[in-house]
Amino acid sequence: MTPITVRVDDASYTDDVEPRTLLVHYLREQLGKVGTVVGCDTSNCGACTVHLDGEAVKSCTVLAIQADGCEVTTIEGLARGAELHPVQKAFHEMHGLQCGYCTPGMIMASIDLLKDNPDPSDDEVREGIEGNLCRCTGYQNIVRAVRSAAAEMRGGSDGTGDGSVPPASVSPAVVDTAAAPHVAAQS
Amino acid sequence: MIPAPFAYARPTTVDEALQALAAGGEDVKVMAGGQSLIPVMRLRLAAPETVVDLSKVEGLRGVRDDGDAIVIGAMTTHSDVLSDPLIAEHAPLIAEATGTVADRQVRHRGTFGGALVHADPAGDLPAVALALDAEFVVVGPSGQRTVPASEFFVDYLTTAVGEGELLVEVRVPKLAGEWGMRYEKFNRVAQAWSIVAVAAVVRRENGRIAEARIGLTNMGPTPLRARAVEEALAGAEATPDAVGAAAARAAEGTEPSSDLNAQADYRQHLATVLTRRAVSAAAGL
Repeated sequence: MTPITVRVDDASYTDDVEPRTLLVHYLREQLGKVGTVVGCDTSNCGACTVHLDGEAVKSCTVLAIQADGCEVTTIEGLARGAELHPVQKAFHEMHGLQCGYCTPGMIMASIDLLKDNPDPSDDEVREGIEGNLCRCTGYQNIVRAVRSAAAEMRGGSDGTGDGSVPPASVSPAVVDTAAAPHVAAQS
Repeated sequence: MIPAPFAYARPTTVDEALQALAAGGEDVKVMAGGQSLIPVMRLRLAAPETVVDLSKVEGLRGVRDDGDAIVIGAMTTHSDVLSDPLIAEHAPLIAEATGTVADRQVRHRGTFGGALVHADPAGDLPAVALALDAEFVVVGPSGQRTVPASEFFVDYLTTAVGEGELLVEVRVPKLAGEWGMRYEKFNRVAQAWSIVAVAAVVRRENGRIAEARIGLTNMGPTPLRARAVEEALAGAEATPDAVGAAAARAAEGTEPSSDLNAQADYRQHLATVLTRRAVSAAAGL
């Protein structure tokens, strides 16, 4: 066992870990940060994405010991009290999820993308989250959510920069509630 | 799954890293970004006794100008490569291919040198290094040596880096004249490995192709140069017909594998198509 000191979601932790302990297992099992999930176990799906010193990484493919001395942000560290992060809020409002399993990773990857590109086109969003798999949504509303969040984070300005969908008109895809009666009608 | 237990060393200098490698016994593995090594350790396809993690070794990260070459530190991450001005100026092919490697999370951790020493036949950077005539600076207990790209890739997942040695940097010669570059990759889904890819570096002179260097990804256990195409292009007119005729020879002498993604004959077909596209783009057609 080796001692590590890590700052996770603005709190410091000092723990003993085995070198083989993966960061995602340390976060979930030793710190109880179960908002970060394990999806594919093979570095494909991105569900376990967290920020390590400000950069999105797949926490199933980083050793906990490598986070020694680092700052980790998980999905649990985004909200400020009751106020959701703009990307969390946009996924909620734009219906950017169904089962929700991929959502923590999607949001962490999207925030990382928006840091580099505050005004991505649809294609740039799709490319930016290529490391995150969603088996439910077909990505349509995820892309809408990311662009909506981008507009809000830019200060709620009008044009999106590339002249395509203005953010004011960005809305979730229409859900056929007759075909899917379990889906609540949208306002 | 989680990896089998291992001893972990995190040296802070190259000398310490070499000592850790020597002390690690026969079953020691060097970890750069860990984006290939950790997955295979999780699958227990690798279970090294000792892992030497280079992430804290000083001086292995970054790109510098060395007169006639740019020098890329082995631990430079893919995302650093993508934003590096020297690479953008002198070897944009590296950035173009790096942008197709995996996804942004993996590119934040994965490293230029790690991907080259891992030498996966489907990896994108080996063929690029081959096409750019890069040189690999390797250090070991008996000192430093420089290995040309043509001798670096020895076999499947095997390079000229010997036991107890480390790749520390890669020298990429600056090109003089009017060069164009292009990486054409064919894969099944966004972040997947290449089924086949082609790196083309072309020098034009007075409407002709003076020189072309073509690297092939995943057309055999190691990256290959498409020598028949290079010979056919040397001095050829820079026209679609001439490029098409030369590119038709891209699969000559190759023995690609057959797997879930593609049969060997399909890979050979892809090589000709992607070579035509890559050379055309690199030649400005």
